[in-house]
Amino acid sequence: MRSPNKLVLASVLGLALIAPWLLPAYELNVLARCGALAILAVGLVLLWGEAGILSLGQGVFFGLGGYALAMNLKQAALGPGEIPDFMVWSGLDALPWWWRPFENPAVALVGVVLIPAVVAAAYSWLVFRRRVTGVYFALITQALALAFATLLISKQPFTGGFNGLTDFHTLMGFDLAADKTVLVLYWATILLLALAYIGVRALMNSRYGTLLRATRDGENRVRYLGYDPSPYRVVAFTVAALLAGVSGALFTLHSGVVSPALVGVVPSIEMVVWVAVGGRNSLGGAIAGTVLVNFAKDKISSALPELWPYVLGGLFVIVVLLLPQGLASLVPKWTGPGRRRGSSVTAPGTHP
Amino acid sequence: MGGPILFVEQLFNGISVASLYLLAALGLALSFGLMRVINMAHGEMLMLGGYLAYLTLQVVPGPLGFLVAMPVAFLGTAALGAVVELTVIKRLASRPLDTLLATWGLSLILQQAARNLFGAIGVDVTAPAWLNHVLPITSGPLAGLSLPVTRLFILLIAIVVLGALAVFLAHSRAGLWVRAVNQDRAMAAAAGIDVRRVDLLVFAIGTGIAGLAGVMLALLGPVTPTVGQSYIVPAFLVVILGGLGSLVGTTAASLIAGLFSALVQIFVDVSFAQVLLLVFVIAFIQIRPQGVVASRSRALDA
Repeated sequence: MRSPNKLVLASVLGLALIAPWLLPAYELNVLARCGALAILAVGLVLLWGEAGILSLGQGVFFGLGGYALAMNLKQAALGPGEIPDFMVWSGLDALPWWWRPFENPAVALVGVVLIPAVVAAAYSWLVFRRRVTGVYFALITQALALAFATLLISKQPFTGGFNGLTDFHTLMGFDLAADKTVLVLYWATILLLALAYIGVRALMNSRYGTLLRATRDGENRVRYLGYDPSPYRVVAFTVAALLAGVSGALFTLHSGVVSPALVGVVPSIEMVVWVAVGGRNSLGGAIAGTVLVNFAKDKISSALPELWPYVLGGLFVIVVLLLPQGLASLVPKWTGPGRRRGSSVTAPGTHP
Repeated sequence: MGGPILFVEQLFNGISVASLYLLAALGLALSFGLMRVINMAHGEMLMLGGYLAYLTLQVVPGPLGFLVAMPVAFLGTAALGAVVELTVIKRLASRPLDTLLATWGLSLILQQAARNLFGAIGVDVTAPAWLNHVLPITSGPLAGLSLPVTRLFILLIAIVVLGALAVFLAHSRAGLWVRAVNQDRAMAAAAGIDVRRVDLLVFAIGTGIAGLAGVMLALLGPVTPTVGQSYIVPAFLVVILGGLGSLVGTTAASLIAGLFSALVQIFVDVSFAQVLLLVFVIAFIQIRPQGVVASRSRALDA
């Protein structure tokens, strides 16, 4: 269908699995981060490409996942009775009660998945049930990203403020700096990405996927057929948020830090650009776009930091104006029928 | 300072913030009502207005420089707005979400350009002497309260802009076209109105007002490359609260948002006030998803 054929897929997966022997450590780390971010991008294909819902607040769910895990990592690095250094500096003498459950790695791992999903389900249900969609929804999610980032920065005693949480040592007893841990975490990332890919593809090919596209292309017709589009949208938003949470947790492990700089308005919208560049209707395209944009960001912003905003901004304008289906539209096989569905690009919220 | 004074002070602050929200949101709301697109680079139009004021004051120093800066900022940003409309918005007319993304790309580029041209720290625009004092209230029940004249001036400008816009829409021929396109685009086009030019006109006026808002911001603090960002998200929320492209709705929504933020700041800090404003908007759309003033339309996909 509209995925690359099995051979391409298998060879990409194979290459990814043996990458630890092909790439130097630094590049491998960048690739591992890209793999983590690509999980979020897969969620965006479902949400934006299939459901036609643009979220400018994915960073919030990315951050919820990241912070949920980081709260565990931070506590794992402490001796008995100690509290994190930034809390000491802010004058706290005891751990806040809502930090305590995360001392248990199992709670943290469940939190990584559940917290973003529950927040997303509640938030999107409140908005979608009143039929607020399209541009309004995008703006409301952006406001959420702004509120979340500001809150993280201002509540420094509890969240580490602007610097976020960093300086992690162990995950469930394993030394994070050890070569073996790095390797296993990398493979775990690739595995989770593959699972996300398979899961979202199955959703897209199911009856649910068909209805989701229908709500995107003709909401009122779907209503006339007796369906309520809101639950379909809520599920898409929730799945995307869940994947964003997993992505945030993995990214935190690979980069060793989670901070408001990764969750605010600008990073949230940057997440959309990965998918826009790769192709919003193509899972393979979105993954490729994520890897490409992030490698480019890594190279450009270390060589010429001033240039990056121009490149990112320019990418947005050019891709949206000239290549709305992203790089994937250059590979017909990758989009397949999705391109004919390209009419969908004009459909959601069309005005007369 | 006692309770009632603090309350009145925050009330005044709220109205003052509301006047800035209004100036920032008017352009957004007008073009959203007309074209269903949101210009994410609108915040950078505020920024540009601020820098244009700074440049004008370099050329025309003295007490009158500021009066020159206002029309310069309005026309300068309106011209840039027209360029943006012609090159980007027009081409994406039927893809509102894509417009969001393309204009956001533009906003990134404009921010970085400002950083390269003027530096990241920002430049100061000194308020002219005739604005730079406070109006103390020395007698009566509100004795002890002092009102900064700059804030009063911004309020005045907001009222003047709103009035001018209302007169333009209600009594000019172009205003008639705008109202016609707003009500029924296809019918207006059929009646011989050049809807494209109306779009362009409204977009340019809207960005011009944002430029003017930028001059007002310059009175309150330094002009930085990201100065627009702190006002633009509340302005988006104002557009959502206000309803489609209605002046009354946008004004009411600005007042609601401004007063709400200022009054909750009696109890919580600024960052939490931002969260509460969002909660308020979500709660509000539970009751009135169509905004303060609903547009009346028989179209299904209005």
